Amino acid sequence: MTTTSLLTLLPLLPLFGFLINGLLGARLPRGVVGAVACGLPALAFVVTLLLFAQLTAGGAPLEAPLFTWAATTGFQLDAAFHFDAVTAVMCLVITGIGTLIHVYSIGYMADDEGYARYFAYLNLFLFFMLVLVLGSNLVVMFVGWEGVGLASYLLIGFWFKDAAKTAAGLKAFVVNRVGDTGFLLAAFLIQFHAGTLDFAAVNAFFTATPPSAATMTLIGVLLLIGACGKSAQIPLHVWLPDAMAGPTPVSALIHAATMVTAGVYLLARLNGLFLAAPDAMTIVAWLGGLTALVGAIMGVTQFNLKKVLAYSTMSQIGLMVMACGLGAFSVGMFHLYTHAFFKACLFLGAGAVLHALGGEEDMRRMGGLARRLPFTFGVFGLATLALCGLPPFAGFFSKDEILWMAWSAAGGSPWLWAVGSAASFLTAFYMFRAIFMTFFGSSRVSAEAAHHIHEPPLSMSAVLAVLAFGSVVAGFIGLPQFWREAFGVSAPFYDFLAPVLGHAAPREGVSHSAEWLLMLVAVGLALAGIGLAWLRYGRGAPVLAAEAEPPPGLLQPKGAQGDWFDAFYDGVLVRFVGWLSGSVLARGVEPALSAGSLSGPAAGARVLAAWFGRLQTGNLQAYVIYALLGLVLVLGWGVAHV
Amino acid sequence: MSTYHFLVALAVLLFAIGLLGVMVRRNLLVVVMSLEIMVNAVVLSFVAAAAHTQTLHGAAMSFFIYVAVTCEIALAMALLVLLVRRRGSLDLAVEQELKG
Repeated sequence: MTTTSLLTLLPLLPLFGFLINGLLGARLPRGVVGAVACGLPALAFVVTLLLFAQLTAGGAPLEAPLFTWAATTGFQLDAAFHFDAVTAVMCLVITGIGTLIHVYSIGYMADDEGYARYFAYLNLFLFFMLVLVLGSNLVVMFVGWEGVGLASYLLIGFWFKDAAKTAAGLKAFVVNRVGDTGFLLAAFLIQFHAGTLDFAAVNAFFTATPPSAATMTLIGVLLLIGACGKSAQIPLHVWLPDAMAGPTPVSALIHAATMVTAGVYLLARLNGLFLAAPDAMTIVAWLGGLTALVGAIMGVTQFNLKKVLAYSTMSQIGLMVMACGLGAFSVGMFHLYTHAFFKACLFLGAGAVLHALGGEEDMRRMGGLARRLPFTFGVFGLATLALCGLPPFAGFFSKDEILWMAWSAAGGSPWLWAVGSAASFLTAFYMFRAIFMTFFGSSRVSAEAAHHIHEPPLSMSAVLAVLAFGSVVAGFIGLPQFWREAFGVSAPFYDFLAPVLGHAAPREGVSHSAEWLLMLVAVGLALAGIGLAWLRYGRGAPVLAAEAEPPPGLLQPKGAQGDWFDAFYDGVLVRFVGWLSGSVLARGVEPALSAGSLSGPAAGARVLAAWFGRLQTGNLQAYVIYALLGLVLVLGWGVAHV
Repeated sequence: MSTYHFLVALAVLLFAIGLLGVMVRRNLLVVVMSLEIMVNAVVLSFVAAAAHTQTLHGAAMSFFIYVAVTCEIALAMALLVLLVRRRGSLDLAVEQELKG
């Protein structure tokens, strides 16, 4: 089989899984459904490995033209797949982590009545995600971009009998539409200026002949809006915490490891365009930093274990976006890759806790679980250490490199570094707050939930073990530059991506000794965050009594936990649109419009009909005369014109 | 004036007489007779054309028309009988059921 057909096959494998389970799943035994749902993504992972091997052996990026989608004068659009280093990293994460999460789902969803439907959606998601990263132009990418939004919507509202969960799915979809508008407008502008939508050509065009600075900034900001919607960046992040209504493996796969990183992928994919738009880059970097900080602050206020992780995801993606905004695209990609391991591990670990407690998500009704669930505690703890950025875990190498870039890159500044470091400090604090509340102290678990606490089944624990292992070792393939110099080793990850993404340009006059110092400060801040969490939540009985009563469920009232964005959108935007459509359009515009456009012509038709009705005298001979008149007219016209 | 022109003029005249009859006469039976005159005018024009061009097309057409018109007359008579039974009159103006 040629590599081109392998590349075409890659996204189709999960699509087959979707079709099989979607059409026949209800009639197949569960074992078959699970085998199909996990087997085809696993096969896709093998295919990705084959293509990856081709690429690492020095092969050129692969192209798989599928068909010409549209062609008119001066415009041709091909549906084609492109596989280069960046795509390879994304595909490995998507199919690798994706397969693991499918396997985990077998145990997690074992008792669910929508078993086949769940796996069909999950496979559909993988298909669209692969289309998103493989598409060689913006339009093919947009197909995947919309498709993953659809899959996300379907899976957030998977338990559709709960109105709040379907509402959460709808919210994710609607907020994403705002971002998609930005994406589309940017695509129109790119087509207008560059005359092409192909990524390679677009990057080359804007690198060589950028239009005016204002245009470049506009395109960059519109693309950023698109990335904000998908990647839950401020101000379009509001859907992500609510998206936790979906099953936990979905949160791990879609809302932590893969789909929400699509925005980062978009920025990295169009790196040539962004490098030609320095103002947009500054906005990207600061928006990412701001999101990292705000997400971390919100993470501190949450009592719902999954929502802590959701805000953490938002915050970490903020760091990736910040890295892209500094021109360090490969560093952003590296954090995307390490983050996929430890955040998937955290979500799946949280899923194991939820599974053990019969669906309890509130950390105030947990506590002391380390003794009852030692394995879950172990993997969760390892992933937490990786997220906090402690050496030598995976998150340390990627996060530290981002902070170093924030300090040293051409677009960076000590202020940006301070924002990122504050976010890291808070990350360590809220993660250990979650650990202390969940696994330490006295048990606050309800008696009913307490007696069936159990470690997860093998299909779940094996996946957790693999991901925890990844959280520990995944960082070693991308050591920071001064470690490479100090130990005389190479960084395969950066070397692999360098042909596509290049390196960030450092600022003048930044010394290497600063790097050691900053690294020590970062580790010190993380340890301080852990210490503070221990003082407040770990030492003796945690100070929970002083904090608010447990909210009723997953989707507590807006604003109750400090998400001012939701309150703002509901109070201002939703109310404005409601007023506009209810009071202005429905009462003022719509009656006038329908009177003019519908009732008016209808009345006119009635008058005309009354006139013409008089011709129908009922006298047969009158009709003969009309026919004769008609004949004369036709003949007359014929004589005159033919 | 040749025979051909004479025959065409006669056909036109017959057609006009028939049409006038259809338009002005109120007796239903006479209206149907007038319709027949119009059809015969058409057939006459076919025959005249056939004789003029020395071909058989027009003559063959006249046979088809006669067959079709015979069927039509049979049907028209049946309808006429039914109509007269229902209304008890041959006058077209008695009841104007087609009024819009």
